[in-house]
Amino acid sequence: MAEILELVLSAAFWTAVLRIAMPYVLGTLGELLCERAGVLNLGIEGIMTLGAMAGWMAVYQGADLWTGVAVAALAGAALGLLHAVLTVPLGLSQHVAGIGVTLLGTSLTYFTYRMVLPQATTPPTIEPFRPWPIPGLSEIPVLGPSLFSQTPLAYAALGLVALVAYVLYRTPVGLGLRMVGENPAAAEAQGLSVTGLRMGAVCAGSALMAVGGAFLTLSAFNAFFFNMLNGRGWICIALVVFASWRPGKALLGALLFAGFDALQLRLQQIVGPALPYQVFLMMPYLLSILALVVMARRAAYPKALMVPYRKGER
Amino acid sequence: MTVSAPLREPEVVLRLAGITKRFGPLLANDGISLELRRGEVLALLGENGAGKTTLMNILFGHYVADAGHVEAFGRPLPPGSPRAALDAGIGMVHQHFTLAENLTVLDNVILGTEPLWRPWSDRAGGRRRLLDLASRFGLAVDPDRPVGSLSVGERQRVEILKALYRNARILILDEPTAVLTPQESLGLFATLGRLTADGLSVVFISHKLHEVLAGSQEVAVLRGGRLVARRRTTETTRAELAELMVGRPVTAPRALPLAPGEPVLALAGATVAAPAGPPALDAVDLTVRRHEILGIAGVSGNGQTALADLLSGVAELAAGRMVLLGSEIVAPSARELVRRGVARIPEDRHATGLVPGMAVWENLIAERYREPRFSRWGFQRRGGAMAHARALIARYDVRGPGPAAMTRLLSGGNMQKLILGRTLSERPSLIVASQPTRGLDIGAVTYVQEQLLEARAAGAAVVLISEDLDEILALSDHVAVMVRGRLSPPLPRAEATIQRLGLLMAGHWEEHGAIAQAGAAHAS
Repeated sequence: MAEILELVLSAAFWTAVLRIAMPYVLGTLGELLCERAGVLNLGIEGIMTLGAMAGWMAVYQGADLWTGVAVAALAGAALGLLHAVLTVPLGLSQHVAGIGVTLLGTSLTYFTYRMVLPQATTPPTIEPFRPWPIPGLSEIPVLGPSLFSQTPLAYAALGLVALVAYVLYRTPVGLGLRMVGENPAAAEAQGLSVTGLRMGAVCAGSALMAVGGAFLTLSAFNAFFFNMLNGRGWICIALVVFASWRPGKALLGALLFAGFDALQLRLQQIVGPALPYQVFLMMPYLLSILALVVMARRAAYPKALMVPYRKGER
Repeated sequence: MTVSAPLREPEVVLRLAGITKRFGPLLANDGISLELRRGEVLALLGENGAGKTTLMNILFGHYVADAGHVEAFGRPLPPGSPRAALDAGIGMVHQHFTLAENLTVLDNVILGTEPLWRPWSDRAGGRRRLLDLASRFGLAVDPDRPVGSLSVGERQRVEILKALYRNARILILDEPTAVLTPQESLGLFATLGRLTADGLSVVFISHKLHEVLAGSQEVAVLRGGRLVARRRTTETTRAELAELMVGRPVTAPRALPLAPGEPVLALAGATVAAPAGPPALDAVDLTVRRHEILGIAGVSGNGQTALADLLSGVAELAAGRMVLLGSEIVAPSARELVRRGVARIPEDRHATGLVPGMAVWENLIAERYREPRFSRWGFQRRGGAMAHARALIARYDVRGPGPAAMTRLLSGGNMQKLILGRTLSERPSLIVASQPTRGLDIGAVTYVQEQLLEARAAGAAVVLISEDLDEILALSDHVAVMVRGRLSPPLPRAEATIQRLGLLMAGHWEEHGAIAQAGAAHAS
């Protein structure tokens, strides 16, 4: 028990939590934008996979790291546009379109990777983002080395949480976006374009997801390999519900999940071979399901989520 | 509401000319021309399907007319653009509110009033303007409450404020009183009076004659997509308007006095739980006898659905007792109740009354397909079922392509006849009729009401749940009111006036000694 306590108080543990959390933060934020506008985006797993590869590939081909991030965002937005076209103007089933986008995104990623690097057996590496300690703040014990010694992309992700919250709650476009997810007919009656707002939200959200994927290859690790996402996108879908569609709570949920994940990694080492390690791998998921049951039973989901809008229909 | 008489005719603010709109074979609007004058309330009167809502949706840009044009304040209005209508000063309050329940009042009001891409939102200024309008027109609201927590009357206020916030000078209200109690309706008319005194003009859509007479200066009557008459409200009568609206003299069916027989259904403290919050049906006591119609009045959403579900065997009793024909029903199931002689006319024909995607004959045996006359050894007896269907179609005058046709091809009135035939032909002891005439035209309404009265004469007890007070008062022997899941003591029809029922709907009944006594007298 003492070992666990010591572990949870160590700076290294919290550094790991933040690093693990960032892809979830960005992915959840992106999914939240889509769902707030009324579109479920199950393409997230494929979009994050594509983002991870596209960002890394750009840097591997000689671009600088921020250009890599931009390439990932663009690739994500492009795949998001496909999902948006299928679900918004065409009004197809959002589940089916999303699964299709995930399958397409994943295959496209592996195909492109193999086309460009047919010979690679061990994944080639790049020089990723380096930790960038904030002078002064990084000296604070525990908090300093964990929160204030992250990579610039991690700071950007935290800033994006605040930005998305501001846009959603304090700008006209954010209000319009929330309205098309609640009552598109009402938005239309006020002269807003439901199609435009929904497609915009899906593209922007998908770009965020892709940057979340790119965090893995440009900041957390330094290489791309197959199955890298390993279901992280699906966790984001659950985190959106956990967060009741609120950006601040999304950050909290991502940190909580990452905390469980970091904990199970270290517990594996402490407990050793007494238990099969798969038990520990299961732990964050089990705890998430539990948290979901507690937190999300009365979540007020956007009223028009998954309801295609067709003008002039009642 | 009186406007001081100007020397010349008030200025025309809105002009519709030759509006025609077709939906497939249906001519919804046929060359309609209308004018609205400044500071006046124009009532647009007509039955369901007369084309009122279509006309207003064209005016507001939701639909594009096939022919004709609209002029607002002397300038032509481009068709098909709600934005243009808003910019021209036209505000519309829809029958189904266009509000987002999870957002606050302020959010709902300021939506779309600011440039979309401005990087900030002037919420403080918006709040000030909203409160200012609210106090000026006596429309009190709390800007920070989520719309989902407001009552229907309050939501309507938000809709009106939303239009005023956008500088509307012409307000269109589509069936605004459909969801209000009589008192709330009076409040609405008072508001309209303040608005027109301020120089606004109002188009008020309704099919209720007394409201049209109470709240307008001019009446335009639509029938079958055509404008059939225009009258100054002061120069017309209720009977004339009714005849214009229906196209022939109207005689409503009336109940003949009959002595009530033995009790058929008794509920004591019947409670039905809601998914969340207070119970949907809260300790309801009720008795209906043979030859008696008990009318349940009230604004919908006050537990009527739970009561109908309970009596149909769809909802469970959380507490209390239910006695049907002398035997207690412990765990009511739909099949059990049907077997014991309960006829159910559900609120929503399409969702729970019929399976629109199945054939007419299948729907006609849906409640009793297991009985030996329709099945044997687990196989359907199609011949028997078809003969049964043909007999019912003839007897209940169901107009349609025949027993093998898809049920969804029938009109609303014929679907309702199908349900009547299915249930009433079994000589039920208890009829649970929920909103049995909602959305039907007058001919079908009369038919349904006559059938209920005939069943009453034949010895059935009827629980009639309806939002239409005129219907309740025309058919019922006793009237009770549902408010927030509770049922008032029943009033004999002779004592049930609109004013009194209105007070009950507002929840003023527990302290009403006289009414409670009347209820006690009935129960004894």
